[in-house]
Amino acid sequence: MSAAGGVKDETILEVRDLRTHFFLRRGVVKAVDGVSFTLRRGEVLGLVGESGCGKSVTALSLMRLLPKGGARAIGGEVLLDGTDILTLGDSQMREIRGRKISMILQDPQTSLNPVFTVGDQLRESIFRRAGGRTAQIMREAVAALRRVDIAAPEQRIGQYPHQMSGGMKQRVVGAIVMSGEPEVLIADEPTTALDVTIQLQYLKLLQRLQRETGMAILFITHDFGVVARLCDRVAVMYAGRIVECGPVQEVFEHPSHPYTQALIASVPAMTGPIGRLTTIEGQPPSLMDLSAGCRFEPRCRHAEARCREAYPPPVGVGPDHTADCWRLQPA
Amino acid sequence: MKRYILRRLLHGIVLLSMVATIVFFLGRLTGNPVDLMLPEDAAPEDRVALIKALGLDGPLHEQFFIFATNAFKGDLGMSIRMRQPAVEAFFSRLPNTLAIIPWAILLGTCIGIPLGVVSALNRGNILDRAAGTVGVLGIATPSFWLGILLIFVFSVELGWLPSGRMGGPEHYVLPVITLGTFLVAGFMRLTRSSMLEVMDSEFVKLARIKGLHEGVVIWKHCLRNALIPVLTLWGVFVGNLITGAIVVETVFAWPGVGRLTYEAVIYRDFPLLQAVIILKAILILTINLMVDILYAYVDPRIRLT
Repeated sequence: MSAAGGVKDETILEVRDLRTHFFLRRGVVKAVDGVSFTLRRGEVLGLVGESGCGKSVTALSLMRLLPKGGARAIGGEVLLDGTDILTLGDSQMREIRGRKISMILQDPQTSLNPVFTVGDQLRESIFRRAGGRTAQIMREAVAALRRVDIAAPEQRIGQYPHQMSGGMKQRVVGAIVMSGEPEVLIADEPTTALDVTIQLQYLKLLQRLQRETGMAILFITHDFGVVARLCDRVAVMYAGRIVECGPVQEVFEHPSHPYTQALIASVPAMTGPIGRLTTIEGQPPSLMDLSAGCRFEPRCRHAEARCREAYPPPVGVGPDHTADCWRLQPA
Repeated sequence: MKRYILRRLLHGIVLLSMVATIVFFLGRLTGNPVDLMLPEDAAPEDRVALIKALGLDGPLHEQFFIFATNAFKGDLGMSIRMRQPAVEAFFSRLPNTLAIIPWAILLGTCIGIPLGVVSALNRGNILDRAAGTVGVLGIATPSFWLGILLIFVFSVELGWLPSGRMGGPEHYVLPVITLGTFLVAGFMRLTRSSMLEVMDSEFVKLARIKGLHEGVVIWKHCLRNALIPVLTLWGVFVGNLITGAIVVETVFAWPGVGRLTYEAVIYRDFPLLQAVIILKAILILTINLMVDILYAYVDPRIRLT
């Protein structure tokens, strides 16, 4: 760890070979199948991939809030500040949730409880962190709303979620989550359900809060534009595995995995001649019967025999930049 | 809010007039009370005289007109059999019904709702299935059969509890259980399904993300939402019980308004029957209105305008 790198070099969250499978009657869905990454203090790591690739399941595994009925993290380690949270008891995990690791959900319309005022829901979070008297908590709740740029927080605090717009609700969710003062924040597509005009505001808000608190953010999205704007590093996920990971600029300029290359090529350019949109041929594999080889092999232009036989180990392709592809292996 | 209540009151009046009309003609379809009042060998002159005295001699539409005018003035007539104003008869019996209903509701609420929550929390395992079986049985068992079964076991065979009539606390046990079984089952099933739906919500996930205790998540965040449909059922049940405990009151010879209704029907006591039905309709309308107001309190998204 270099002294010059400051806090950014210190790992706060390390995920090693995480496997979360859904055991259903029809078979086993390997939603997350060997995911490894590290999140450093104070950095924003983007987790990108198409729908159904296991991003959200990864997030819920980290929170230990997988849906009941069949979903289980069956392997790997999630080291939060050195402790493997997968081995913690339920009450120990509850202590950590909201305080050390927290999460913003995708849809603000359903994230808040419709029958309690936003003040009520905010106070629960503040009380849990600090306890204290009602008047004190009330003041903190107003301050928490002001911090996420909600106008007239004194009035808003007594209102119910249905009296607010989607963007405002997502701010309230932000205020609730931030008032637990988490060290790691998972943001699962927090802007996807918002109007485009509101999205940018919300991203700026997150960015500001991140700078103020120095928390680490795992930002889940399918939008490369958001990654470019917000993230320090990016991990690209495909069919339950991270196929490439590196600093944002490095990955954008030198995408090494064929999937990343195809993904970046399919982002429509804002400048230049208007042509047909580039797509990736074929469909992602079913997570129920995955081959032993590379998951992208059936759609890959460079596929060879060895791609079918075994999954490629990660190869360093640049500074802090790895990709899982046989082609990159030194001969 | 005021406008809402006013509109509901107007609707209520329209509904009441319809109920009154239907019960007037339906009652007259069953026959003539005079046949039940006089001995079989009564002289035809006496028959005619009694019919005249009871005001049953004119054409039906004239009778209806008299009934409607009087009803509008608040006079629902004299009970033929009891020889006292029908309204008075109803209100003298109502306290007996009201003495038993709260216990049945309490039983249904205090057992049914927690059982529904526990059942939802244990979805699919033995506890849930056992509760489910109890729920189906509770709904499917007719109360006249359950009442008689309870009397047979606890009064006739074991001799532990009285088989009927009003009296000390021991007289309440069997009727309350009979009425309550249906309520327990109804509340349990609805609470369970409603809880299961709510427990999947994103806001429940957020409550857990905040690190709240599981007890707070379930009994505060989930239950308050799950109770919204339960409250509707609660209103329906309370209304039905006050006005509709006919079978149970008859089985247990309980002198409440249910039994009064039953008596009015078999003795063809038309004024009493009309009064009982109209007053019950008023009670149900009032309860429904109260539940709607309560509803707006529980679910802030509902605003009565």
